[in-house]
Parts: sequence; structure tokens; C-alpha cells
Amino acid sequence: MTADIPNDVVDDAPLLEVRDLQVEFRTKAGVAQAINGLNFTLHSGETLAILGESGSGKSVTAQTIMGILDMPPGHIAGGEIRYRGEDLLQMPEEQRRKLRGMDISMIFQDALSSLNPVLPVGWQIAEMFRVHLGFNRKDARARAVEMMQKVGIPAAEKRVWDFPHQFSGGMRQRIMIAMAISLDPDVLIADEPTTALDVTVQAQVMSLLQELQMESRMGLILITHDLGVVADVADKIAVMYSGRVMESADVYTIYARTAHPYTKGLLDSIPRIDAEGEKLKAIPGLPPSLTALPPGCPFSPRCEFATELCREERPELREIAPGHRSACHHAEKIHAMSEEAQNEPA
Amino acid sequence: MSPRDPFENAETVLEVENLVKHFPITQGIVFQRQIGAVKAVDDVSFQLRRGETLGIVGESGCGKSTLAKLLMRLEQPDAGSIFFRGEDFLAVRGEQLRRLRRKIQIIFQDPYTSLNPRMSVGDIIAEPFKVHPEAKPAQGIRNRVKELLEVVGLNPDHINRYPHQFSGGQRQRIGIARGLALNPDVIILDEPVSALDVSVQAQVMNLLDDLQKEFGLSYIFIAHDLSVVRHISDRVGVMYLGRLAELGLDEEIYSGPAHPYTQALLSAVPVPDPTLRGQREQIVLKGDPPNPADPPSGCRFRTRCWKATELCEAEEPELTFHPGIGQLAACHYADTNEDVVAS
Repeated sequence: MTADIPNDVVDDAPLLEVRDLQVEFRTKAGVAQAINGLNFTLHSGETLAILGESGSGKSVTAQTIMGILDMPPGHIAGGEIRYRGEDLLQMPEEQRRKLRGMDISMIFQDALSSLNPVLPVGWQIAEMFRVHLGFNRKDARARAVEMMQKVGIPAAEKRVWDFPHQFSGGMRQRIMIAMAISLDPDVLIADEPTTALDVTVQAQVMSLLQELQMESRMGLILITHDLGVVADVADKIAVMYSGRVMESADVYTIYARTAHPYTKGLLDSIPRIDAEGEKLKAIPGLPPSLTALPPGCPFSPRCEFATELCREERPELREIAPGHRSACHHAEKIHAMSEEAQNEPA
Repeated sequence: MSPRDPFENAETVLEVENLVKHFPITQGIVFQRQIGAVKAVDDVSFQLRRGETLGIVGESGCGKSTLAKLLMRLEQPDAGSIFFRGEDFLAVRGEQLRRLRRKIQIIFQDPYTSLNPRMSVGDIIAEPFKVHPEAKPAQGIRNRVKELLEVVGLNPDHINRYPHQFSGGQRQRIGIARGLALNPDVIILDEPVSALDVSVQAQVMNLLDDLQKEFGLSYIFIAHDLSVVRHISDRVGVMYLGRLAELGLDEEIYSGPAHPYTQALLSAVPVPDPTLRGQREQIVLKGDPPNPADPPSGCRFRTRCWKATELCEAEEPELTFHPGIGQLAACHYADTNEDVVAS
């Protein structure tokens, strides 16, 4: 049974469709199930946020879609990733390489270690045009300067020969973005694009990404752990835990009427800038080891609502309201609780 | 309508006045000559009172970690004074310095690199007693270590385990236990929860809160995350390029920031509530912070400030009170702005 996130934002055919994806890592300590049956769809012009803590499988998801997962130890155990209807996992490597950069592109968290330190940034951006479109050096460089201007790098013509270390963190991230969007991709995957940046610079980079998306109507997959950034930019959210989607819905539903105890716990445990500090409601315990997942719901050992059923049977991701899916046996109860909290006068 | 300061009458534990630390930039290999200085901390003054938490926020490179090192006397300041309970912390030497050092402890950001991987947890937490044998607990070191493990919410039976056997949040608890070992009065927390996941971060922050109440500790909480700082602090200082831009009660600063930099900082923090999209005034600053080795003349923020005039270029504003504003602000045109804060 495949369940995907229904889409209320755009109605055309999905750009990217992930179905029942399973990825494992075969290590000496055993098989770590990094992704266990992941489903989602992405439409053009849409921002899907994949939200999760470390070890929830969000970066592995990004790497699998891009086809840059280290294999071995990684191993795709099942599922499909359809881009415009075609399964990427069945495609020959030659064809996938053509898609990479042209159609599906990615921004990494750490721009300093993702850029080549011994080559000028202009050369690295121009490489996209030379390799994929066969531009000559001169034309490619002209386009690189254009891209640098587009992402707001001042004095781009002069700085095109500068090396990555000569740029600040925010500027480096802009260069990464310039590389990623240079060939006008349809899908952009941003893996924690602003985590390493200061707040004021984070705001600059996020608004740049939003502008670019508005302009080209690309689908954006934003991978992050930051509930604040997500609330500002996402259209829909998939909350991941232990390699599966725990809850998915549009952004307003997730924050106001969550139907999963994990999402509820996350929302309760963040300190708010617009509210005075009382005691935070922390989620007790730690995420389970991926080599030894509990037989039932992976969140059950930390869940205050867990019952015998949760410990024995793994809950499926099911629709509890139009467009709102939750993988919890007690989803209705949680949903009613958050509904009630919403209606309470503040 | 100014909010009350709950620590108004509390004893001053730490008094910092006009603290300055410049790092020289040198050129040449054999004959080194100084060609400039990074003004990491430049004329910073504040007081810390018993039981209080002073939050220091700022972006990378603003000098907040250097400030922590100065307060620990891990770096020697170029000018200024630090008084710990009336004693001149910078003048004391030898035995007296060792005695004072016991009272100020630090907890670091990265729980992976701040614990020696070859030492067992018991040895890590007992190490302060080796350095300060006079502080040896009466009930025996091992019993005290077990007690400390319990205080920070770890299993005392894990005393013989090694750091790699613990998760990030648990390691941070080990660091906290080590910081508590000598019964300090002041704990300096340098980004203590930045490396942790949200759900674990809340656990550690609650623990810090409980410990403060239980032992009457004073905290200096250094962080870049404004939400975290608001949650834990009683007063907040905002740093920019080595100077305090604004200092006051957290309520004053978060509900009516007076310095343009604080306003920009607060407006840039994403609030985890999608219904507030477009409701707040967003100030997106242009450019990056300037090079601390070569700060702009006059007000350091003027190159990114929308209010800057010739006065700002000519004259550096003092951190002082302004009419109608409860907190201290270092701006010629300080004026509270409530629109940047969601409420």
C-alpha cells in the first residue's frame, strides 16, 4: 500500500514521486535501516520540507534521489523514485548523470567543504555550462558571471577568479546556489542550506532561494531540522523519524493540528522567541538505533501515549483528514487534542 | 510599565569593566611586526548577580567566545578589570588564583571534542579534584562522582564507560557534571546546546534550569540562537564586533529592541508558526559583518544600518540609557521597535 502526500497547492502531474523507498547500510555491526518505506510527491513550484533530527534519514533521502549515495555500504532495498513518470532507480548511470544538474540539482550544508578549494569559484560554476551544454571557456565564464550576479554577489566580474576561502560563509552558500540553479533544474534539493549560517545571513539566503523558486517555478525539497525555517517557507511538511514519515500535511495543519505525538513533542520542546520561557516539554530518551529498531512503532519507547498495541504493531501512514496523514495508532486522539488546544482562548 | 528586575537586590558575583582584548596581526617570518589587531573584545562592561543568567548573543566573529575565555582567565585581557565577589580576579596569583578558579567553571559547545576519549567518565568528572586536591569531597571522590552523575540525570553505574558510548546529549551532561564538581558560583556556558537535536536540547536546557535553582548558580549563557537565549536568560547582552550593542532585561530587549542591530537580528529569527508569515516586519540586512581587524569608524554597525548618518561615522556611540527606554543601548538613534517581534 503506497500512501503519498496529496497535494493541495498545485494540481498538475507530480514532478517527483518517491514510493516505498527503502535504503539500508550494511555495516559490521549489522544492517542499519536508514529509510524504511518512504513516500512523498513534489509538484513544480512547491516547497516540501523534510523535517527530522539527526539519524532520521533525511540526508540519505536527498542522496538517494540525487544518486550520490555511497554504495556500498549503502544499498537500495526497494521502492521507486519517479521523475516525470520515469523511475530513476532503473535508469542507466549514463542517463542519470545527464539528469543530475540539468533536471535535479542539490545544495549542500557545508559550502566550504563542498566547493573545490584549489579552483576559482567562477571556474567551478562555468564547469556546469562546459560539461553539460558544451560551452567554450569564454562563453561559460560569461554565464558564470551572470549566475553570480543573479545570486547577489557584489562585483561578480572581479570576484569570478577568487577562490572559495576568499568568500564569507553566506557568499559561499550563494555560490553553491548559483552552481545548483545554473542549468535551470526542475527539482532543487537543499540539504540544511542555512544551518551553518548566522541568522541575519540565513534570512538573506532563504529569501534568495524563495525568489529564485518563484521565478523558475522549480520544486524545492528543503531538508532541515529547524522548525522555524520550515514555518516560514514550506508549503507542505513530511516529519521523519527513524527512516519513515511520521506525519505529513500542509504547513498550517502540522503546526496547528498535529496528529502525531512526535510532531507534538517537537513543537512543545522548542523555545519560542515570542514567548516567555517556562519549563520546556522535552521528549524523554533518545532515538532508537537504526540497527535495532523496535518491532512496533519506532517512537513508542519515547511516547507518552504509547500502548501495548504501539509496542507490537507498526502503524501505517494513513489519512486521517483530507491531505493529512499520520503514522500513529492514536492519531485521532492526538488530532482531537491539538484541535482542542487551538480552540482554547489564549 | 518597565518590567521589574527580579535580581535587583541580589549580590553581584562578577563585575566586568571596560574589558579589552586585541589579537595582534603580524607580518614577516623572522622579523615580525604588527600590522594591525583583531579587536575581539573592545570595552565590554557588565555585572552578573547571584542566581541570575546573563545571555550573550551575537553572530560568529562577534567576540563572544573570546569573552568567555577572558572570564576564565584563559586569555589575558589587554585592559579592563574583572572582579569576582569584590576580589580582583586579574591581579590574584598562585594559591589565591587557584582558589578563585574553582568558583568559575566553563562548559563547552562541542561535547565530542571537549571530553578526552581515552578517559573513563569517572576519571573525566574526577579530574577537577586532581587539579584542586584541597577540594576533595569528604565522602570520597568516587561517591561524589556517582552523585554528580545522578544530579545530571545519568546512570551512576556507567561510571566506567567511555565518552564514545554516550550520545551527544549525554556527553553534554558529562561536561555539566565536570563543571559542577567543584561547587562553582559561576558557570560559563559557551554554546552548550548548539550541537544538540531539538528534543535533546530541551532536556539539557531543563537540566541547566533545575541545577541553577538547586545550587544558586549564576550563568553566563553564550549562544547565537536568540530563542534559546530568551528562554534561559534573565538579562541579555547583544554583541556586535567586540562590543555590546544592547544590554537589558530579556523582556525589554525581546519586546522592544532599541538598537537597529538587535531589531534586525530579532526580525531575522524564524518563528515556528506559519500563521505569522508576513505578519512581522522583516529587516533583511545587506552584506556581511565587517572584518573585525578593520572595523568601520564611529559606530561599527553603520555600514549595514539603515539609520546611519554622518554622526554615526564620526562618533562611536556609548552604551547608555536613552529617554523612554529601559535597557542600555549603544546607538545615537536608539528607539524601540515592537513591529519586528511577533506577539
